[in-house]
Amino acid sequence: MMDISNWLLEPLQYGFLTRALLVTVAAAAVSAALSCWLILMGWSLMGDAVSHAVLPGVALAYIVGVPFSLGAFIFGAGAVALIGAVRSTTKLKGDTAIGVVFTALFAFGLAIISKTPSQTDLQHILFGNVLGVSTPELLQVLILGAVTLAVLLYKRRDLTLLAFDRIHAHAIGLSTRWLSALLLGLLALTVVVGLQAVGIILIVAMLITPGATAFLLTRNFDRMLLISVTLTVAAAIAGIYASYYLDVATGASVVLAQSVVFLAVYLAAPRTGVLWQWRQRRNARSTSAQQHQQIPA
Amino acid sequence: MSIRQLHSGADAISVSNLRVSYNEVTALDHVSMHVKAQTICGLIGVNGSGKSTLFKSLMGLVQPTAGTVRIFGAEPKDARRLNAVSYVPQSEDVDWTFPVSVRDVVMMGRYGRLGRSRRPRAADRDAVAEALARVGLTELQHRQIGELSGGQRKRAFVARGIAQDAVLLLLDEPFAGVDKASEAALTALFKELRDEGKTILVSTHDLAGIPQLCDEAILLHQRVLAHGRPEAVLTNENLALAFGTALAGAPEGHDGHL
Repeated sequence: MMDISNWLLEPLQYGFLTRALLVTVAAAAVSAALSCWLILMGWSLMGDAVSHAVLPGVALAYIVGVPFSLGAFIFGAGAVALIGAVRSTTKLKGDTAIGVVFTALFAFGLAIISKTPSQTDLQHILFGNVLGVSTPELLQVLILGAVTLAVLLYKRRDLTLLAFDRIHAHAIGLSTRWLSALLLGLLALTVVVGLQAVGIILIVAMLITPGATAFLLTRNFDRMLLISVTLTVAAAIAGIYASYYLDVATGASVVLAQSVVFLAVYLAAPRTGVLWQWRQRRNARSTSAQQHQQIPA
Repeated sequence: MSIRQLHSGADAISVSNLRVSYNEVTALDHVSMHVKAQTICGLIGVNGSGKSTLFKSLMGLVQPTAGTVRIFGAEPKDARRLNAVSYVPQSEDVDWTFPVSVRDVVMMGRYGRLGRSRRPRAADRDAVAEALARVGLTELQHRQIGELSGGQRKRAFVARGIAQDAVLLLLDEPFAGVDKASEAALTALFKELRDEGKTILVSTHDLAGIPQLCDEAILLHQRVLAHGRPEAVLTNENLALAFGTALAGAPEGHDGHL
């Protein structure tokens, strides 16, 4: 018993690791909640786009000396507006418009970073720098995370209706345009919250994998939300510990922990799991084979 | 509440000289139609005849290029705010894997009447329970929506319209993928709803079922080709206009389905 609690408490002696744990848990909780709507809307690629598109915003914020979250949010929202503009003024398909816009913005961000003297700080944006989070940054993440989560939960019924039946939402007088904009704004905020935990490149995993895992486990939305947040927070904590004891990059470790959970569910989940279905088929086959044998020739 | 605030003496649907164009394609042209309250009206036409566009116009989802649309004398956007219109989508437009229960779907009918967070009150739960009972889905209300049969799925969405207390129900192909017994049950339900004061516009491919179901029928092909009692509308000549000569020339083949 003593050993386990030592094992668990040892990393927490370091202030930077406690802060890392808090930032990661906050990012995990918020992104896991948003993820449920994102995958039901079919907006996974949009999550990818917004997370990459914030790079120039963060880089510019560093240069100008304003909070990075401000720059990230402006560019995240800007990317969404640009994608919408390209889509509505051309006959290009949605995923094409997304691809054109976010790669351009991402490259722009990389270009800014390569021209900026203090490159090391900015490299952290790409891969996350959760071990270097300061206390003010931690507070920022916690406040933004709490606001995002609160708005998501408050509007959860409308957002679910939007994802399920946009036409009905419109028919009963809701503004589907406003609700879509709200969800995209919350997506941009979630990216800001998750940026330091896992970095721009891997945050998309936190936006997609949790919802995907929970979707395989339940057919009830509220339960899906709960499962997504619980499993993702647990996996995030496991990821931090694995990173400490195995000396692996923290962002990668946290995302890999999510992927392991997904894999386990994909294979072993009741009803939807691949192994479960395989066993069902095998049982059905052997039952029908037995029945055949019982029929006299 | 809704019907009193709307102009109750007006036609349920009043469309005048409606034209809707998408880029260069004209989906509807010179469409004028008036449907009285408490009527079941069948909307007939081939794919691409503009049925879906007409539904969208009635809900204010597309802006008319020309002409006007009125629901009980009100503009579509005002009718929407009063919860006057309910839409039952085609099966292929619904994500049947979505993690919502039958009851959740019916509750969505109440959202337009709820506060900002859409937290249901006792009256809303009662309305949902009553709507579920009306369509005979009380026992199945906790099932995920995709776990229902074709006919039950339709009934769930009709229950949503009942819970919404909409005065105008728009039904897009409600009989597609529905067995004969469920079709009969749905037909009986639609007639009950009409007798209680609802107006129902139903698009269908099922020509054989129309005289049984509808008080009147509209034959649509970008414009209104015919509008009147089903027997008067479903003549060979009219059907030839709407569906092309090859089909109408054939004798009442394959039980009237197109």
